[in-house]
Amino acid sequence: MSKAIITRNLTKRFGDFIATNAITFDVEQGEIFGFLGANGAGKTTAMRMLCGLLKPSSGEATVAGFNIFTQTEQVKRRIGYMSQKFSLYEDLTVKENIRFYGGIYGLSHQQIKSKTEELLGKLQLQQEAGQLVSSLPLGWKQKLSFSIAVLHNPSIVFLDEPTGGVDPITRRQFWDLIYEAADRGVTIFVTTHYMDEAEYCNRISIMVDGKIKALDTPAKLKEQYQAASMNDVFLQLARAKPGENNSSS
Amino acid sequence: MREFLVFVRKECYHIFRDRRTLLILFGMPVVLIVLFGFAITNEVRNVKIAVLDQAKDTYSRQLTDRITASGYFTVDRYLASEKDIEPVFREGEVKVVVVLPPNFGHEFYHGRKAPLQLLTDASDPNTGTTLVNYANAIILQYQQEMTGKVTLPLTIQTASRMIYNPSLKSVFLFVPGVMTLILMLVSAMMTSITITREKELGTMEILLVSPLKPLTIIAGKVIPYIALSFIIALTILAMGFWIFGMPVKGSLLLLLLECLLFCLAALSLGILISSLTNSQQTAMMISMMGLLLPTILLSGFVFPLESMPKPLQVFANIVPAKWFIIILKDIMLKGAGLRQVWQPTLILGGMTLFFLVLSVRKFKTRLS
Amino acid sequence: MQPIVIENVHKRFGDVKALHDISFSVEQGELFGLIGPDGAGKSTLFRILATLLLADQGSAFVNGLHVVKDYKAIRRQVGYMPGRFSLYQDLTIEENLNFFATIFKTSVEENYDLIKDIYEQIAPFKGRPAGKLSGGMKQKLALCCALVHKPAVLFLDEPTTGVDPVSRKEFWEMLQRLRQKGIPILVSTPYMDEAMLCDRVALIQKGEIMQINTPGNIVKSYGKKIWAMRADNMFRLIRDLRAFEGTDSCFAFGEYLHVTLHVPVEKVQAYLTPLQHGNLVIKPAQPGIEDAFMQLMQEQNETV
Repeated sequence: MSKAIITRNLTKRFGDFIATNAITFDVEQGEIFGFLGANGAGKTTAMRMLCGLLKPSSGEATVAGFNIFTQTEQVKRRIGYMSQKFSLYEDLTVKENIRFYGGIYGLSHQQIKSKTEELLGKLQLQQEAGQLVSSLPLGWKQKLSFSIAVLHNPSIVFLDEPTGGVDPITRRQFWDLIYEAADRGVTIFVTTHYMDEAEYCNRISIMVDGKIKALDTPAKLKEQYQAASMNDVFLQLARAKPGENNSSS
Repeated sequence: MREFLVFVRKECYHIFRDRRTLLILFGMPVVLIVLFGFAITNEVRNVKIAVLDQAKDTYSRQLTDRITASGYFTVDRYLASEKDIEPVFREGEVKVVVVLPPNFGHEFYHGRKAPLQLLTDASDPNTGTTLVNYANAIILQYQQEMTGKVTLPLTIQTASRMIYNPSLKSVFLFVPGVMTLILMLVSAMMTSITITREKELGTMEILLVSPLKPLTIIAGKVIPYIALSFIIALTILAMGFWIFGMPVKGSLLLLLLECLLFCLAALSLGILISSLTNSQQTAMMISMMGLLLPTILLSGFVFPLESMPKPLQVFANIVPAKWFIIILKDIMLKGAGLRQVWQPTLILGGMTLFFLVLSVRKFKTRLS
Repeated sequence: MQPIVIENVHKRFGDVKALHDISFSVEQGELFGLIGPDGAGKSTLFRILATLLLADQGSAFVNGLHVVKDYKAIRRQVGYMPGRFSLYQDLTIEENLNFFATIFKTSVEENYDLIKDIYEQIAPFKGRPAGKLSGGMKQKLALCCALVHKPAVLFLDEPTTGVDPVSRKEFWEMLQRLRQKGIPILVSTPYMDEAMLCDRVALIQKGEIMQINTPGNIVKSYGKKIWAMRADNMFRLIRDLRAFEGTDSCFAFGEYLHVTLHVPVEKVQAYLTPLQHGNLVIKPAQPGIEDAFMQLMQEQNETV
């Protein structure tokens, strides 16, 4: 199986401050990879580098087989991105959002049309297709924005705290979508503050102060740290050294 | 009282920590004044001309002297023949050539029409027209003077438009304009932005829940900006005085009091805007479109109000800037006292009171 | 006297029903949780209690004071921490704290014992602008600012949203200590696991309260038997279980699925065995608040 993401000593400095400090890991194609860490541990910075939004200070990394230093354009065409903070245009309708994102990823008119039908059907949003996104409940927005993030069949999707504040049922429906995408071979790279969600991942990395402190399957991590849940593992790791001397990234 | 002082101090922290905005606030008046004072000028000064004097008599020499004495023109060279005219224009230095025909003095003295030719470089038509107008005015003046000497002493002078600005310095007109613009910008736009910023941040929620009275919040927000506006107004006056030699003929105290009045009017407009919207962006747009544009266009700052269509002239009456510019010009250029400017002052004061009451009334003590 | 009393409060925003017939009261010294997802109406309720919004119907009292008639008196007595981070980003920790102390007509020194525990954790960075603090520290500072005037009631609107698990845990430890000092606290959160840390909770969804009880009783009243199941391929297991007619509900819960059935568990085993799931585990499980919340949500959806 090919690697979706490879990083070697990937580092980003902002002045004196080292946001991500020589992180090294691989993500397999089709894997659900949980990327955890305390606020300000450097998750967002690392994720931005992998998406080609931020130039690393040193190290190496490839995403979908392309170098993130030199081939950011190719990288961007093969990834999908969704964050809790920004995902959809609130003042556009559901359909217009789909058409827009399909358009910027170069899908043909015909493709967009069939994808729209398929997507609306899967999310049971046919009734709301003409409504403004701002009128949808948060959970629906999140599901819609995930579906749009994978609209152009990217090989990797980056999800930045996709389920914050969402009700428990919708949160699980959201994870159903993630499982389904992973089943189709899409690599999922996800950050979350819900530790139960960490258990749904195939493998997890935990960042503390810019470094990766642990990386394994949830079961092995729990065994290694003799913890009952991922929450305990996380507390043990992140509390060992309080992240207070970090500013938020 | 202590709460109020703490509030003002907090506001000052915001102002001084946002270096970029502060720089813009102080940099802009400087740039505007310099721009209007030096660069964007429609003045004619020391324009080089050439003279082809074929008469070489008393009158032709007198007229040439008159033209140069005005300060608008200097004679770059005297030409020997008509052949020299074209090469002179090609060089580009000389903008006007005055051609006085051989028997100029004779024809002039005997009351007949004295033929005189003005040739201009019309590659820049605007400048060309302006120069011809200036030269014509001087020649006409000279002609009238001479006519008056020999016949009737009652000849009418037409130089009335230059009375309050004898040297026609456009910067004298721009200083009041820029002052109005900047005070409007700092007072109205900055106030509306700083209040809406608190709404965007969510801090307004905490302030409202606190025992602070709405009036304290408003005053605490406004006072640092009054001070800031004042300092900026003084900077502009100082620049006008030292760089362009623009005096304040009237009372400086009166001038500053009028500035305070205008600041208050602008600030209350700013508060009013902030009660209409919850976002900084909208507040900025409303200030731009609703306040700055009328201030620039309808105050008589850039475009003379007299030449505007009647409806616009009527509309201009509700633009506070119009009245403030009238007051400023009267005090600074004419040396007017309160007795001369009481009327626009009263109008401005009335507007201020109206906006102030309205804005305090409209200020919401709840979120919706 | 009950510090917070809410009676039949309704609130609409245009066509959106933000709150529908909300009634509950908080006892003296109680840590009361308002548990529900974003958009459930939690913030609206907080704003009504903090006298920032007017309810369409119904009334509410804070310390016996009416939220509309006595709003000025209430504003002097409550500590309110809004949902968004609401401090001045360009002011330092110290400046923020002093500012909020003064506008509430007090000083940091006067009530220092109340905020001491929390403030000491952030004191080493007191010269740093609030905008440059990490999420957990911001929340601590915001709590200090809400406490600095020794409020009689504390309103905390989603203080732990977007904060990492470590800071969340610390934050809740601080709330426990404040409760011991006798301050009644109304706190909202979208994290179901935090409900267990409250004395009583109201589960709120779509502007309606689904249940009010102690967390223990809510879990106890969950009537159904829950089975935890797992296998190597969880996605396939979810699909297979949902396709099974005996399944009532099937949701992922950490490393297991929580499954409720209306047939004996042996039937599921019989159904799954030929499907050849690797390492299939089926065992009974204890329900949690989240199970209860989801069941109540489903009931609510069915009645609508």
